[in-house]
Parts: sequence; C-alpha cells; structure tokens
Amino acid sequence: MSDIVLKTENLTKHYGGVHALQEANFELRKGEHVAIMGDNGAGKSTFVRQITGVEQRTDGKIWFDGKEVNFAGPIEAREAGIETVFQNLALADDLDVPSNLFLGREKVLFNLGPFSILDRKAMRKATEAALIRTAVKIPNLSSTIRHMSGGQRQCVAIARTATFASKLIIMDEPTAALGVQETAQVENIIRTLKENGEPLILVSHNMRQVFDLVDRIVVFRRGRIVANLRKQDTDGNDIVAYITGAKTGQAELQAA
Amino acid sequence: MSQTSHGIGGLSYDAKKRPWPAEFNVFLALVILVVAFELIGRVFLGDSFLFNTRENVSGLFNEQRLQIIILQVSIVGIIAIGVTQVIICGGIDLSSGSIVGATAMIAMSFAQVATVNGNPNPKAMFIDYGWTDLPVIVPVLVAIGCGLIAGLINGLLIAYTRIPPFIATLGMMVTARGIAKWWSKGQPISFPTDSFAAIGKGLMPVVIFISLALLFQLILSYTKYGKHCYAIGSNEDAARMSGIKIANHKVLVYAIAGILASLAAVVLCSKNLTAQAGMGVMYELDAIAMAVIGGVSLSGGRGSIIGTVIGSLIFGVIISGFTFLRLDAYYQEMVKGVIIVGAVVLDQWRQRRRAIGA
Repeated sequence: MSDIVLKTENLTKHYGGVHALQEANFELRKGEHVAIMGDNGAGKSTFVRQITGVEQRTDGKIWFDGKEVNFAGPIEAREAGIETVFQNLALADDLDVPSNLFLGREKVLFNLGPFSILDRKAMRKATEAALIRTAVKIPNLSSTIRHMSGGQRQCVAIARTATFASKLIIMDEPTAALGVQETAQVENIIRTLKENGEPLILVSHNMRQVFDLVDRIVVFRRGRIVANLRKQDTDGNDIVAYITGAKTGQAELQAA
Repeated sequence: MSQTSHGIGGLSYDAKKRPWPAEFNVFLALVILVVAFELIGRVFLGDSFLFNTRENVSGLFNEQRLQIIILQVSIVGIIAIGVTQVIICGGIDLSSGSIVGATAMIAMSFAQVATVNGNPNPKAMFIDYGWTDLPVIVPVLVAIGCGLIAGLINGLLIAYTRIPPFIATLGMMVTARGIAKWWSKGQPISFPTDSFAAIGKGLMPVVIFISLALLFQLILSYTKYGKHCYAIGSNEDAARMSGIKIANHKVLVYAIAGILASLAAVVLCSKNLTAQAGMGVMYELDAIAMAVIGGVSLSGGRGSIIGTVIGSLIFGVIISGFTFLRLDAYYQEMVKGVIIVGAVVLDQWRQRRRAIGA
C-alpha cells in the first residue's frame, strides 16, 4: 500500500439525474504517469474535479498519500500536495512569470500581514531554478503573461505546478490549444517530470502523446472506467475500441 | 534586470525590444501638453506658460503657476490614489466624492472653535456639549472613521453580496451625499481651530498628496497586498484558485479607498476653512479620469500610482493652461471629456499593438 499515491474507491458523481461518474476505482503509484482517455462527456474531467476538490463527490472514497481525504475545495487539495493544470489556464495575464509562479504563496521579506514586503529577488531566483529544472523556455521573466504565446503560458502554468507539487500533478488536456512546437515543449516538461519521478495524471485526447509519455492508460466511457491497461499491453486500435465502446471487456481486472 | 533573466532555456531575447513602461507615454503626453501651451502662449499671447516673465519676481520658472497646477489637483489626487488601487483590482468607486462631502461635514463639526471674535461661534454644532476647541487629532480620527465605515460598507457589499462595484458604490454615492446634507440640515459648518486649519494651509495639500502617492506606489509594487490587487484585477478566477482570499482583499481595498477619500476631505475643508454639503461633487469622476489618463486600465490589472500622479498633473496643466489662454471654464470641461475618452482609446490601441508584437 505504501507506494500508492492516489486511490479512489467507488468514486461516483451524479449531477441531478445524470450519472457523470460511476464507481470509479483508480490507483496511482509513486513515479507513475497515467493517462486518462475517453470521449467527450465520458467522465474524465468529472473524475479530475472530484479528486481536486473542485466539486464534491456523490459517493465513494479517496485516499491520497496514505490517508483518506475529503477536500472541501481546490485550495485544500493543493495544500495537501495535488497541483492541477486546468484546461483554462489559471494565470494572471498582467503579472510577470515569478509573480504568477508564486501567486498566493509569495516569499516574504518582512511579515506585515497583508502588507508584507515581497522578497522579489528570492522569487526570481527560485523561478529561474524552476524553469531550468523543468526545461521550460521563457525568453524574459519580467515580461507579462499577456505578451506570451499559448505554449509559453502553458509552460509557465506547468512550471508552477511542478515547482510546488510535492506529491501529484494533474494536467487536464495541457496541449489541447497548442501548436506542434509548443506541444513538443510541454511534452518535454512532462518527460522531465517522469525522470524526476513525479507522479502525474494526464487527461488527453492525443493518442500519440499518450503512448509517448505515460506508463498506463485508463479509459472512461459513459462515466465508467472500462479499461486500465499498461502501455506495452495495448495499442491505439485497442484503446479506440474501448473509447468508442466497440470493446467493453473487463480488462481493468487484469491490469497492474 | 539581471542578465541571467534573458534567454532562459536557450531562447534568445532582445532586451532592447522590451516595451517601455506605460508611465513613460503618459509623461511624454504631459511634456507635449506643456510645450503646446508654451508655444500657443508665445505665439498668440506673447507670454510664457512655464517660464517667469515678470521682472519683479526672481526665478527661471513661473513658480506661482507651477504651484497652482499641482495644488489644484492634490486634493482630488489623494482620492485618485485610492481609486487607482480599486480600478487595478478590477473595481470602480463612484462614492468617493460623496464620502468627501459627508466626511468634511462630520469632521469639521468636531474641529470648531468655541468663540469667534469674542462671541460664541454661531456655527458650532456641538457647543452645547462643550465639544469645541478639540485637539486636531479628534476631527482627523473622526474623518478616518467615517471614510473607513463607508469604505467597509462598499467592500462588504461588493465582496459578499457579489453586486457589481458600480451599483454598490453608486448607492454609497447617493447615501453619503444625503448624510452630508442631513448632518447640519444643509448649513455650512465653519470656523475651525488653527491647528485643523494648518492641515490644508499653503502647500501642505501637495506635501500630503505626494507622500501618500509615494507610500501607495511602494505598497502596490513591493507588498503582497499590491501583488494581489494586480492579480485579482487581472484574472479573478486565477487569483481564487491560487488561494488568495478575494473577499477579504476587496474589503480592504475599498476600505483604504474610503480612508483616502476622507483624508482628502480633511485637507479640503481645512484649506477652505469651511465644510459644505456640496463639497466633492464630481470628484469621483475627476479621480477616475486622472487614473485613466495616467494609464490605469479600467478592465483592471494594469496601472500604477506614478501614472495616476502624472495623470493628475496633466489634469492640472489643462486647467491652468486654459486659464492661461483665457478660455472659459466651459471649454475646460468639454476638453476634459474628450481627453478622458482619448486616453482610453489610446491605451486600448497601444495594448492591441503590443499584443500582436508590433
């Protein structure tokens, strides 16, 4: 049990009469990168929202880092060590890179409550270190996010999660709106995270990306987990069959 | 900026291409405006706007005019400091002019002398209670209290009922004006103590304005409070997801704006030696205009106190310049309106140009 970072048991979410997520049993081990795939409305994002405390689940249990958890909100989840890169980027456009990285957890020189003096040098240094560690390429730290490309913004968002996530990173379609080069850049960051042994849940539609990056693929269909496969045990056609419902096997039982 | 910041991760970055600060453009506009008045003055009036042309006065510059330029904007300027941080935080404050009116009335009634020329002060409101000739700290604290309460109500309404700041502060604007009129049943309140009158004497308003501007420029640039103002104005959802306590912060922002409006009221009624219910009418709009001219974005997230100070100087130069050119006050107001709209158009145009990397 000790190497399990995240575990859900019968995780269920109903929106009124809509059963968006039903009895999802999921496990993530230390250092493991897992992809969540599925058609639109299959329950991927719903699943992520229950884990990160953005929404409250209807039923089921969640263990994180060895303890059963009930996050009241995303901030609690973040404090516990789950960092999420959301589809809509949570960045402040008019702030520069260090300010965004440290937003809400600024380093402080003198503590004067809300008027605490910021330690801008330290934040800048830590930002440079974080960007180098994640191999993020940002031309100029002091330019505001507004002046950056979509890929650079995504990289900043990911660098932020990678800087602070001690235990788990969740990315919800991090490359959905990006071009080819920018996607490659984000994928490089994910590889770096893998090398550093940081566990990751990647929600993605991109089959090539998933097979490139992760160890295990979990497929959602109509609110249920229909497949849980190690990458080497499957292929693209197989996954597509699960996503579309052509195959509805009990593959999850035999998986890792 | 340090060298290492350029080209992290191998991307080249041309530091020379960095866009200059927005305040620089505003300052340029100020200079152009002054030069324009100078040229028009030389050509059409044979007089200088900026330089000293009187023989019985020494000095290179027309110091009197320069003093008036900044003196006449310093009271609204104090309000504009508070309004600037409200706008940066993504809000708006329409109540500051009325808070000035109400606070001036209430504070002045605690700053009155008992006797005028040997006779009992006919205007003293609290003479029956013996609340006259109070130390100067009393009316000042009363004023700050008034501003704090008004600002807190604004902030609490906006943060917890989630009504738009426009509506909340519009309500406060009307209510506070009503309080100003009700306080003395419309009568002016006069005859302050000498120590209270000293607050607004001579160039004191300028000193107070510049000190507060410096203080808040530092707060906005170097403290958590400032950073969170920009963050909330820039992307409120991102700020919330980052764990910033939005509601608390907004209450604080509006409370500070209220306090600054009340300080402006103290300076104003001290300078005029009287308080009247109609004081501060339209000040809120002048303050917003100063901020906007100074490059503060009405959509939040962008701007600075330095910009607002320069914006206020542009304001002062326009008023003085029109007086200098002997144009009627009507034209001043018309041109003021044009300049406010022009400043917003220019700002948007500049932002678009920057966004496409030109």
